[in-house]
Amino acid sequence: MSIPQLLVHNPKDNVGVVVVEGLTAGTKMLCVVTLDNSSFELEAKHDVPIGHKIALKDIKNGDTAVKYGEDIGKFVADVKTGEHVHVHNLKTKRW
Amino acid sequence: MASKYSNLTFKGYRRENGRVGVRNHVVILPVDDISNAACEAVANNIKGTMALPHSYGRLQFGADLDLHFRTMIGTGSNPNVAAVIVIGIEPGWTKRIVDGIAETGKPVTGFAIEQSGDLKTIMDASRKAKEYVHWATELQREECSVSDLWVSTKCGESDTTTGLGSCPTVGNMYDKLLPEGIYGVFGETSEITGGEHICKARAINPEVGERWYKMWKAYQDDVIEANKVDDLSESQPTKGNIEGGLTTIEEKALGNLEKIGHESKYIDILDAAEAPKSGPGLYFMDSSSAAAECVTLMAAGGYVIHTFPTGQGNIVGNPIVPVVKISANPRTVRTMSEHIDVDVTGILRRDMTIDEAGDSLIDCIMRTANGRVTAAEALGHREFVMTKLYRSA
Repeated sequence: MSIPQLLVHNPKDNVGVVVVEGLTAGTKMLCVVTLDNSSFELEAKHDVPIGHKIALKDIKNGDTAVKYGEDIGKFVADVKTGEHVHVHNLKTKRW
Repeated sequence: MASKYSNLTFKGYRRENGRVGVRNHVVILPVDDISNAACEAVANNIKGTMALPHSYGRLQFGADLDLHFRTMIGTGSNPNVAAVIVIGIEPGWTKRIVDGIAETGKPVTGFAIEQSGDLKTIMDASRKAKEYVHWATELQREECSVSDLWVSTKCGESDTTTGLGSCPTVGNMYDKLLPEGIYGVFGETSEITGGEHICKARAINPEVGERWYKMWKAYQDDVIEANKVDDLSESQPTKGNIEGGLTTIEEKALGNLEKIGHESKYIDILDAAEAPKSGPGLYFMDSSSAAAECVTLMAAGGYVIHTFPTGQGNIVGNPIVPVVKISANPRTVRTMSEHIDVDVTGILRRDMTIDEAGDSLIDCIMRTANGRVTAAEALGHREFVMTKLYRSA
């Protein structure tokens, strides 16, 4: 099996994690869901560093980010499929 | 039921109280900040000893003082320590720590500086320390069962790869070794925020779960809500966590909790630096999420090996407990290889399973228990950091 560029914890998640160095915009990523080993393809819209997240679908400002099948915070901007998700568009719901 | 892990053995130091250590330190322990210099002088005089300087021990009171004594006595009592010299400015609190450590049955002697001065204290303590070194270096390792191990965990400089790889590796180890009768512990109270519903449900029964939730909520209300000036971003998660791709405390918490695996339940809750009293199994220790503080508290609780998943590369060690570093981040393993004991980057490439990674960690734990020096030990990381609850009087 080829080496994936993006890993997703849970089929319910709307973000995945870049697991390779030097990922560039335009890359058609092999994405693997670790829970069930299913896979799909997705195009990265930004250069995204290893460890950072990418949106798996179009997301609206105010939506909840889901990872591990759980709530990890609220989006504070609209995000398109394949775009970089981090502190510029996602915030904690705590504190 | 016997598993392939039941017959694992290692050569350890069986102490007077039956506990087993994996190291054989002779420690020179200061009661207070102003006794550091004398302790360091003794450690310089007598090779094979180690001073543990720290910043506190004066004018503390109440719960903060209790924690100070618990940390001092627990550190001296840890089975990785063969014998202890305690040096304090005055005899009263010095004796309190000596008496606490003496309950283990190990050799311990206290010295007070007032009415002697540093120089005479250093001479007297050095003579005793030399005796202890001769005695300790003749102790032999003997065969011990895996069930004699107390293994703690806390992750640091986490990133998204810790939740994918290194934390599940520790969780897999606990799922395999807790049924063999080891003691485990996790903690990092603030860092469960966002996963508290999951953590509460992992208690052995609802009563323990409620006690856990009350403890977690007390830190939220009394410390975070009382003192915060923003959403803690860059503190929790840390700047390094954010660099590594973690965005929120909720995301960090869910990755953190992967360390306790899927089957393990925690059986009791420990105060900071408190030794477990409910038998073998997994415990939660109410502790800071700062690496050196947390590992110091767990060592004081009696744990003899620490497993430390890292993403961005936290380099922490501990003076008395070997810290085993596990990383799944290929950039960290490439750029900071000297700090990593167990490379589980194969999990991200999907050419290593969590089960294989767990076995690889267990192998490293057993080798460390037999005496293999960890990366942090070889690099001289001896961070000994006391937790302080509030300002001294």
